[in-house]
Amino acid sequence: MQEYLNLFVRSIFIENMIFAYFLGMCSYLAVSKTVKTAVGLGAAVIFVLAITVPINFLMDQYLLKPGALSWLGEEFANVDLSFLSFIMFIAVIASMVQLVEMIVEKFAPALYGALGIFLPLIAVNCAILGGSLFMQQKDFSGIGAAATYGLGSGIGWFLAILAIAAIREKIAYSNVPAPLKGLGITFIITGLMAIGFMSFMGIKLDGQEESEAVELETSSVEKIESKENNSTEQTLSFTDNTKLNK
Amino acid sequence: MAQENNNKQMSEKEAKKKEMILFLSNSEEKESFLSKQNLKLLSDPLNDDNPITVQVLGICSALAITVQLQAAVVMSLAVMVVMAFSNMIISLMRNLIPSRIRIIVQLVIVAALVILVDQVLKAFLYDLSKQLSVFVGLIITNCIVMGRLEAFALGNGVYKSFLDGIGNAAGYGVILIIVAFFRELLGSGKLWGIEVLGHKGATMADSTGLYALGYENNGLMLLAPMALIIVGLVIWVQRSRNRKLIEEA
Repeated sequence: MQEYLNLFVRSIFIENMIFAYFLGMCSYLAVSKTVKTAVGLGAAVIFVLAITVPINFLMDQYLLKPGALSWLGEEFANVDLSFLSFIMFIAVIASMVQLVEMIVEKFAPALYGALGIFLPLIAVNCAILGGSLFMQQKDFSGIGAAATYGLGSGIGWFLAILAIAAIREKIAYSNVPAPLKGLGITFIITGLMAIGFMSFMGIKLDGQEESEAVELETSSVEKIESKENNSTEQTLSFTDNTKLNK
Repeated sequence: MAQENNNKQMSEKEAKKKEMILFLSNSEEKESFLSKQNLKLLSDPLNDDNPITVQVLGICSALAITVQLQAAVVMSLAVMVVMAFSNMIISLMRNLIPSRIRIIVQLVIVAALVILVDQVLKAFLYDLSKQLSVFVGLIITNCIVMGRLEAFALGNGVYKSFLDGIGNAAGYGVILIIVAFFRELLGSGKLWGIEVLGHKGATMADSTGLYALGYENNGLMLLAPMALIIVGLVIWVQRSRNRKLIEEA
C-alpha cells in the first residue's frame, strides 16, 4: 500500500508530466485558454492514461519484453520483440481512444458531450505515449503499480492544465508587452510554475516515513500555492479550492 | 446524409480526375525543382510560419532535449528524416486512405519510420540514444509530424510534401539549436562538449579562461524550466522583429 501511495504522490508532483518532462505541451498550450475546456481535456487525459498504461504494461510483460513470450513454450523464450514497442503502444492507444469514445458515447452521453472533441485529440497527446514509455523504462513490479502510475500522471497533467488555464483567464486583463502576448507569456509563466514544482524534488519518499512524508508534501503544496497567490493574486485560489474539494 | 456522401464521392472523383490530368500533363515536371513557390515551402517555416513559435506544434521534445547542443542537432536530424519521409509516403497514399481511419494509418507509418531511426541511433550513436531516451519514441506523437501530415501532405503532391517536411523540420531544428546553444553555453560553459569558456578547476587558481576571473556556471540553465523561459524569450524577440505575428488577445 505504502509503495503505491509513494508512487502516486511522486507521479503527480515530483515527476509531473508537464513541469518535469514537458509531455503533452501542445495540447496544454492550445486548449488552456479557458478553464472549462481545460477541465474537459484534463479529465479525458486522466481517463485514457489510467486505462492505457496498465494495458501497455500487460503488452510489455507478455509480448514485447526479452523472454516475455516464454508462456508460449520453450522455443520462444529467447525472442525479443522490444523494438516493436512504439508501434504496439501507439496502436493500443489509438484503438483504446476509439473504444473509449464509443463506450462513453453509448453509456454516458452527457460526459461525451463534455469531452466531445477532446477524446480523439488525445491519441496524439505525447503525455499518453510518454506515460507508457516511462512505464516500460521504470520496470514496475505489477499491474497495480502501473495503474497507479498512469492515474497519478493523469492527475498531475490535469492539475497543471487547470492551473495555467486559470492564470491565462486572469492575465487577459494584464498589460503584457504586445510581442509577448498570448504564447510568449504562457511559456514564461509555465517556466515559473515549473520552477515552483521543482521544490518537490527535494522531498524524500521512503517506505518507513511514509505518513510523515505525505504530510510534508501537502504542507509544501500549500506553501507553494500561497507563494504563487502572492504574485498572481487570486488566480490560483481557484485551483486551491478545487484541490481542497478533492 | 446520403446525398452529402454522394457529393463527397463526386468531388473526390473529380479531384482524382484532375489529379490524373495533372499527372498526365506532367505539370509538376514543368515547374523547376526549386522554383520560387517551392523555395517558399522551405523558407516560410523558418520564420513567418515557424512550427514551434507560431504554429505551436512539437513543443514537448523541443524542451526536454536541449541541455546539450549535440543532442539537439541529432534530434532535429531525426525529426527531419521522419517528417520528410512520412510526408512523402502519406502524400503518395493520400487518395487511397479512407478519411475515417487516416489517423491510425498516419500513426502506423510514422511509428515505423521512428523505429527505423531509433534502431539506427542505437546502432551508431549509442550514448546519445541513451540520452535522448524516450524522446525519440515520442517523435511519433510529436504534434508537428501529425500536424503537417494533416494540414499539408493529405492535400499536396509528393515533391511539395517532401519539401514541406524538410522546411518544417528545419524550422523546428533552428529553435532547438538556439535554445540548446544558450543552455549549454550558460549552463555548463561548453559548446558541442568543448569547454569554450575555459577549464574550471577545483579552485580559482587551477582554472583557466573566464573561470580564472571568478565566473560561475548558471546551474539553473540546466534545469527544465529554463527551456520554457528561453523559448518564451525567443518568441518575444521574434515577434518584436516581425510585428505581424503579434496576437490580438
